[in-house]
Amino acid sequence: MTMRGFKNHPYIPNSNLKTQQKMLEEVGLKSLEDLHFEIPEELKFKGEMNLPKPYGSEFELNRAIGKILNKNTSSNEYLNFLGAGCWQHYVPSICDEVNSRAEFLTGYAGEPYNDHGRFQTLFEYESLLAELVDMDVVNVPTFDWAQAAATSLRMASRITNRSEALVVGTICPDRLLIITNYCDPGVKITLINYNKKTGKMDLDDLKKKVTNNTAAIYFENPSFLGFIEDQGVEISKIAHDAGAISVVGVDPSSLGILASPTSYGADIICGDLQPLGMHMNYGGNQSGFISTRDEEKFVLEYPSRLFGVAPTIKEGEYGFGDIAYERTSFGNLREKGKEYVGTQTALLGITAGVYLSLMGPYGMFELGQNIMQKSLYAIEELSKIKGVKGSKFNSIGFKEFVVDFNDTNRTIEDINKKLLAKGIFGGKDLSNDFPELGQCALYCVTEVHLKEDIDTLINAIREIIEG
Amino acid sequence: MKRIVRNTKVRDFHQARWNEPIIFELSCKGERGVLVPGSEEAIANQVGDGISRIPLSMRRNSLPNLPEINQKRVLMHYLRLSQENLGGDMNIEIGQGTCTVKYNPKVNDRIANTHKVTALHPLQDESTVQGILEVIYKTDLIMRQISGMDYFSFQPGGGSQATMTMASIVRMYHRVRGEEERRDEIITTVYSHPSDAAAPALKGYKIITIMADKNGHPDFEAFKAAVSERTAAFVVANPEDTGIFNPRVKEFTALVTKAGGLNCYDQANANGLFGIARAKEAGFDMCYFNLHKSFGTPHGCGGPGSGAVGVVKELKEFLPKPLVGFNGEEYFLDCNIKSSIGKVKAFIGTPQVVLKAYAWIMSLGAEGLYEVAKVASLNNVYMIKKLLEYDGITVPYKVDTQRIEQARYTMEKITQDTGITSGDISRRVMDFGMHIWSSHHPYYIPEPITLEPTESPSKDDLDEYIATLHHIFDEAYNNPDIIHSAPNNSVTHQVDESSFDDPKLWCPTWRVYLRKTKED
Repeated sequence: MTMRGFKNHPYIPNSNLKTQQKMLEEVGLKSLEDLHFEIPEELKFKGEMNLPKPYGSEFELNRAIGKILNKNTSSNEYLNFLGAGCWQHYVPSICDEVNSRAEFLTGYAGEPYNDHGRFQTLFEYESLLAELVDMDVVNVPTFDWAQAAATSLRMASRITNRSEALVVGTICPDRLLIITNYCDPGVKITLINYNKKTGKMDLDDLKKKVTNNTAAIYFENPSFLGFIEDQGVEISKIAHDAGAISVVGVDPSSLGILASPTSYGADIICGDLQPLGMHMNYGGNQSGFISTRDEEKFVLEYPSRLFGVAPTIKEGEYGFGDIAYERTSFGNLREKGKEYVGTQTALLGITAGVYLSLMGPYGMFELGQNIMQKSLYAIEELSKIKGVKGSKFNSIGFKEFVVDFNDTNRTIEDINKKLLAKGIFGGKDLSNDFPELGQCALYCVTEVHLKEDIDTLINAIREIIEG
Repeated sequence: MKRIVRNTKVRDFHQARWNEPIIFELSCKGERGVLVPGSEEAIANQVGDGISRIPLSMRRNSLPNLPEINQKRVLMHYLRLSQENLGGDMNIEIGQGTCTVKYNPKVNDRIANTHKVTALHPLQDESTVQGILEVIYKTDLIMRQISGMDYFSFQPGGGSQATMTMASIVRMYHRVRGEEERRDEIITTVYSHPSDAAAPALKGYKIITIMADKNGHPDFEAFKAAVSERTAAFVVANPEDTGIFNPRVKEFTALVTKAGGLNCYDQANANGLFGIARAKEAGFDMCYFNLHKSFGTPHGCGGPGSGAVGVVKELKEFLPKPLVGFNGEEYFLDCNIKSSIGKVKAFIGTPQVVLKAYAWIMSLGAEGLYEVAKVASLNNVYMIKKLLEYDGITVPYKVDTQRIEQARYTMEKITQDTGITSGDISRRVMDFGMHIWSSHHPYYIPEPITLEPTESPSKDDLDEYIATLHHIFDEAYNNPDIIHSAPNNSVTHQVDESSFDDPKLWCPTWRVYLRKTKED
């Protein structure tokens, strides 16, 4: 069967036969078949694309896909205690309102004039996040935390002209996979051991592994396993004494109450914006940031775009543009530019800017405090259940914590299955990724969990374990 | 009353100009934008303030220096800035060649914005995410038909990340075969996207760039000379960013295959090819599509997007994990991928984008996709014919080579005649509510303009765009001052760019601006 096309389709104005005919005449062609003249016959697809029949109307489309999506059970319907790199926070209505605006949603790569809004909102995002992390420079967002960390390590490697990075042993295994692939070849990744009681970095192991080829030491706060790494000053000193760069990954939702990594010597800070006003979207709203001091040696190593403010020819007017554009792969250097740049997650950067504008200093403080209190409460209550330790590590944490079920003689898999039956998504099973921890799960508590939600979880686990 | 005369195609336009302050300047101590839920009294009584449990050295000493702004003012600020952004929905978006800015159906956003998508955690039990997994799996099946490839990963979040993924697969493929050290070169072409050179370079490859021959095709003789036992892969777009299709592409890929390398197809320019030509028949081992371009999902000012990578079955074992599988009853995340490159993006990429692309395809079907390709091409051919009626603009290489879905033009003659450059035109076109883009750098074609109408504009839209450009070309000859001072009716006036490359002067954030512009 030959293709006939789909005439009068609402998305394709010139699928209207009359218009089509008129246009063909004007360009001197007889039919649509005369187009694609340059493609030789042997390359033309002779078969038939075996695709499902399209829905006949917007109504039917909406209804049919809605029906498929209804097979999902969302975290609005069940209680969710999963975190591990994607976190359920409250998304203020204004965030959705702004990022649904067609002007932003369907914008792309215009110039600083017609796309003034994109430039100003992203400049403001950079500036707001710079205050939160207490640094000078923030990039237009990259893909996710892992990408930001990987680029940070490559930046460090170029700055130091060295080819090894030491990475915290409690890093999220998926994040490590992304970093390892991105840094391969060029930067060799070595993990540093951690203290099995506190979770914190084993500084003796770190000292053993640091060499004169170490470009960077990378650690996180809070760590992937939730605890706060409070040896930052020592770690940064070890890095600096060895001529390496201190790179710290942070969850920005903690920074209303936790010290910024600049206070313990970080040279490059990276992390994920998703907690700042983004829905979880099945992991599709992760967005990475990188931040440094305003020093030429750092700025010139960013692969990302950096939007800056400048005067216009009219007094009293703000204008915007790209800082040091030539360093990027969009400049004249192509493959000689820094890594590469392209479509990443700009809309999520704009959204994070909206979020921080709404939250202000007190909002970020209260958010942090709320999460601290609720996670402490959950840990304490979990510890009251027979055989359960609310926190495997004896360090204080933020938002996430490793719950130890080893003494219950039950597997996390079994517990989570039973929790699911009670309408609860239990914490992430760590038994595969961190077998040395045995039967432990990573739980996440945020401001969206009310006391009654935490109590529901506690009661459910108690019922499962104590019967 | 008299009839109001509206007989000109060229629009009398003025973009919104709000002259908004920078967000920090809106701060008023004590104002709140949103309230955060507090902990219940019982919790506070039990655990205390929470803060004092944090080690002293790890407590933040002072609140972050964020502005304090009431909710309405925050909204007003961002709405005003949104009016100062010319999104694809608002204008006749033809001027962003290579970017395929087409109509993004609103219904697809609505479908994706329900809690059945937005409130899914990526680590939920598979039994609770069967709907979204089904959508991803079905989109995979559709992509296979469109490309002829055998398996797709939707993990990459954009085209450049997809190219990086392809280059990662190339490296792992040769590593497994013990040829990684020897095969250290990747060949691309000068009119392929810069990321086709930059992303493989990141993966450690030496890049060989093939220049164009007199017809604008990649030079076959130069290519033949470049292919060797050191060739790891060929990464190329076709049609290239000039809109010219390389009809000998199969000879290129055959050479690489014979030499033991892999062929990687950058299908960012796929919009004119649906149902007409596929990666498989041209001899490619893998390809990628930008769902945010060809498949109608919004660009979001630069993401989140999706760069769907497809491979032939022999290369499945190298794809990033997990893939989405189906066992006849249930959809599942398949992590069992032998020589996987690992991961390139968190979780499984950007499923909300895949969902919107699925909805777009399901509104068109095979016949609709074919219509998209034919009309995108018709619009392009029409645009070239009409634009070239103006003496001074042309397409490089052979004028009568039919371009596919876009074209790179040169207005060199106008520049020679008047001094007005394509950069000047780019500023002036904003005064008419439009946008124009020149080309990636460096400019191999002098005074370039790259236009891609897609299937979205109507004939009237095309005619308006063409008439506006012709009007501006007339101005170049008759009234150049209005172009020199442009934009005149846009959001701001010309920016003083002198600080952007000077470390002492550049201001990447507000705090740096305040510091560097402090008056003594």
